[in-house]
Amino acid sequence: MKVAVLVFPGSNCDHDALHVSQIVMGWEAHPVWHQDTELPAHTDLVIVPGGFSYGDYLRCGAIASLAPIMKAVHRHADEGGWVLGICNGFQILCEAGLLPGALLRNRGLRFLHQRVHLRVERNDLPYTASLRQGQILEMPIAHGEGNYTCDEETLASLHANRQIVFRYAHSSGDVNETSAANGSLEQIAGIINPSGNILGLMPHPERACEASLGMVDGLGIFQSLEHSRRYVS
Amino acid sequence: MSVRPLVQDPEVTETLALQLGLSAEEWKSVLRLTEGRTPTYPELGIFSAMWSEHCSYKSSRIHLKNLPTEGPRVLQGPGENAGVVDIGDGWAVAFKMESHNHPSFIEPFQGAATGVGGILRDVFTMGARPLANLNSLRFGELKAPRMSSLVQGVVEGISSYGNCMGIPMLGGDVGFDGCYNGNILVNAFTLGLLRSDRIFRGTASGVGNPVLYIGSKTGRDGIHGASMASAEFSEGDDEKRPTVQVGDPFVEKLLLEACLEIFNHDWIVGIQDMGAAGLTSSSFEMASRAGTGLELRLDTIPMREEGMTPFELMLSESQERMLLVAKPGHEQDVIRVLHKWGLDAVSVGEVTNSGRFIGRWHGEVVIDLPIQPLADAAPKYDRPKKVPEYLATVAEAPYPTDLQTQDLSAALQSLIQTPTLASKHWILRQYDGTVRGNTLLGMGEGDAGLIRIKNEDGSPSGKVVAVTSDCNSRFCYLDPFWGAAHAVAEACRNLSCVGAEPIGLTDCLNYGNPEKPENMWTFEQGCLGIRQACLALGVPVVSGNVSLYNDTEGQSIFPTPMIGAVGLIERCFTSVPLEEDHPESFSANVNYYSGSSFRSAADVIYLLGTTRNELGGSEYLKWRLGRVTGPCPELHLDDELSLQQCLREGIRMGLIRSAHDLSEGGLLIGCVESAFQGNLGFQLELRRGHLRLDSLLFGESASRAVISVHGEAIRDLEQLAHNYGVPFTKLGVVGGKSFSVSIDDVKVLDIPCVDLQRLHRGALERQLGLTS
Repeated sequence: MKVAVLVFPGSNCDHDALHVSQIVMGWEAHPVWHQDTELPAHTDLVIVPGGFSYGDYLRCGAIASLAPIMKAVHRHADEGGWVLGICNGFQILCEAGLLPGALLRNRGLRFLHQRVHLRVERNDLPYTASLRQGQILEMPIAHGEGNYTCDEETLASLHANRQIVFRYAHSSGDVNETSAANGSLEQIAGIINPSGNILGLMPHPERACEASLGMVDGLGIFQSLEHSRRYVS
Repeated sequence: MSVRPLVQDPEVTETLALQLGLSAEEWKSVLRLTEGRTPTYPELGIFSAMWSEHCSYKSSRIHLKNLPTEGPRVLQGPGENAGVVDIGDGWAVAFKMESHNHPSFIEPFQGAATGVGGILRDVFTMGARPLANLNSLRFGELKAPRMSSLVQGVVEGISSYGNCMGIPMLGGDVGFDGCYNGNILVNAFTLGLLRSDRIFRGTASGVGNPVLYIGSKTGRDGIHGASMASAEFSEGDDEKRPTVQVGDPFVEKLLLEACLEIFNHDWIVGIQDMGAAGLTSSSFEMASRAGTGLELRLDTIPMREEGMTPFELMLSESQERMLLVAKPGHEQDVIRVLHKWGLDAVSVGEVTNSGRFIGRWHGEVVIDLPIQPLADAAPKYDRPKKVPEYLATVAEAPYPTDLQTQDLSAALQSLIQTPTLASKHWILRQYDGTVRGNTLLGMGEGDAGLIRIKNEDGSPSGKVVAVTSDCNSRFCYLDPFWGAAHAVAEACRNLSCVGAEPIGLTDCLNYGNPEKPENMWTFEQGCLGIRQACLALGVPVVSGNVSLYNDTEGQSIFPTPMIGAVGLIERCFTSVPLEEDHPESFSANVNYYSGSSFRSAADVIYLLGTTRNELGGSEYLKWRLGRVTGPCPELHLDDELSLQQCLREGIRMGLIRSAHDLSEGGLLIGCVESAFQGNLGFQLELRRGHLRLDSLLFGESASRAVISVHGEAIRDLEQLAHNYGVPFTKLGVVGGKSFSVSIDDVKVLDIPCVDLQRLHRGALERQLGLTS
């Protein structure tokens, strides 16, 4: 597996994504500067990491979505390559038009750092192939703007195309109005594009990959990709 | 060299000097140093800033020398941007704690945010990548005017800056007392990691070397910030709002990454943050350390506004700026990296051998001052000291009648909701505590925050660093000497409760107006108390900060010597999950660490240490009487040391499964806190002995910890405690869905965990007026 981790001014979780890719998964992973115009040759997976790209000025992810490297990311995605946007990375992918909808300020208007539970809504994707449908994953969120929203038409197409991949759940596995601390529409935590190669999610799977850190459920997503790649190639 | 005042500058007179905060005596020293010449306005500004309490430590220096600052691990003691301590195998940690009290009271969001920004710069200028933040906050009563908005603003300011920088918040403490109603405390701590042979210092050596200005442009914000921090508050201080700096964490993040990139090369001689007193203190201190001179072209400094004057440029406290001295031939390398990160980098002058600071403004000399003599002539006061009168009576106040067993349940439910003891969940969840993926114990999970140290290739090194901060200012009010010693003991006890050995301290000494003899006596006692505890526990103070003039309307805060403490565990690959993560590194020689939460039903709960009939300064007594009173609890430092050694050894061996220091709220609250975190109940079977019921359950006797132990480890644990001479008492067992307590075989409490937890968790939000 060959991974490109984008680095924007203000990216914070680029180190975490590189650590998981290289040390935990044993993949080849490279940081890629926002002003570059090409991804490393034969990149399988682009990780758009969390942080505060461009200080979250204007709107979260808005300026980063126009960075020179994003043209290459669009090309990579068009060719069916994998793109994983985490937290600020999810916001960037929405701003770039690679995923539908937008992320508003959390209900309550405050930054939230806490462990959350996610329900896996489908496991027929390269990102979730090693997970069970309905499986509950525990990992942290850390964001001020993670309140997913979209218009009715978009929501209908998310349903029609089965694009909702993760929903915020209670630890019991129940999903209801109170299970999304940030107030997300339909408790949406992560969505995929219709072609199934671009995933964006607000929680941080890369912070939940080592037992010593107290959470390992994020590993399932990275292992799914490992598994899917072997299957593809 | 002829110095010419600018025509637009005000005329410099003794009256103007007094207005800028200099005393008549200090004005005479100014004239001696300028050899009779009337100083220019920017020169006068430099004197006023450099000789302010905040920059010169003129009242405190004489007492700070009492602090023990040396030890085998110390690579850099006080006097630099931050202290540095060796953690072995070529690694070191840099850390410091600093106050931003006055700005935060005037403008809570920006005041607190720039406090975080300032301490981060202090640490990364040493060449260290910041790994952990802490903050220690003291607020007034929540019903006091503005207090709810101050709490919200400060927390949001810290959250906004720290989160954007991508530095995990690992803990800190929050306290509330009426003495802070008009003067809150915001103390921020940062720890960073660096190679022990790559420490960067604030020194301007090498005649002819270029001096570079890097980072944000200079604006008019924060002018006189240092002088503001050196005077009491009074009504109408809203006018001081422009003296508060405005922070931009995004620029600081760029500055951090740019500096770390520069530090990877051998390009620079020295670097210093432009913090308090901005360009003035950074340039004078850098040249003073190197014994050199500096010549700066002030008109080339990047400016945010038009029409700025040399006075403003020298005194602005605009954030996110550094002064850097490059090695010959590497000026352009440095500038290239700064430009890559989109930041300003301008050559503004050179190092000289004149020993003088020359400031030019479009060619004309407007500042010409001797550097070393100015530092040497900085006033140093041995201010008058006097024992405060209240101390004669405060310890003798009679205790109320003992708590009756039938009132225990109500007392517990009430106490758990006081701001001091209520859950800080609402505050802590606004801070990112897991970014960078190194957090082993985050906020509320242990008595100290715990982070793993990775090798340069990213693999875990097995080293784990613990950080904590502490101070019970009520004890300091009751006994300024022993209260300060308690702060050191408790901070080190917190480290020991996670299994870490204390290796260094930083202090942030928050006291009242030093011109009041009572405050000066109190300050001296505080330093001596810290000294005594440090010597007994074998831990040096490697950095620190003094914040005086914490008074409003003539009312001083409780003495609050905040202690930030750093500990180390070698070869610690974690507790349970270790084998799964890194089986190859696991062996019987590996050390364990411990959190503070109970882990499994049927584990046995022990008290280590001795409970005395002590209620002085306790939260319980404050709740009963509405005031802080009584004798300060005793502190026996030899007992403290044995307890800490016993805790560390028990944790290292894996005998102790959880450990929690007993502090505010005492034994019962400590057990409840450990149980909450583990979502478990407990049954305690206590013996009262000679103790009052309230002393037994809520007294705050020092040098105690509540631990839990697996049933099979009981014998070994008791043997260990015996070997260290630590008194131990079996309290009961973990388990069930209620908190049940019997005393001398009579059940006195049985309350469902969920009921108490609900009260505990929502109390702070309710009292802040955010929920009904």
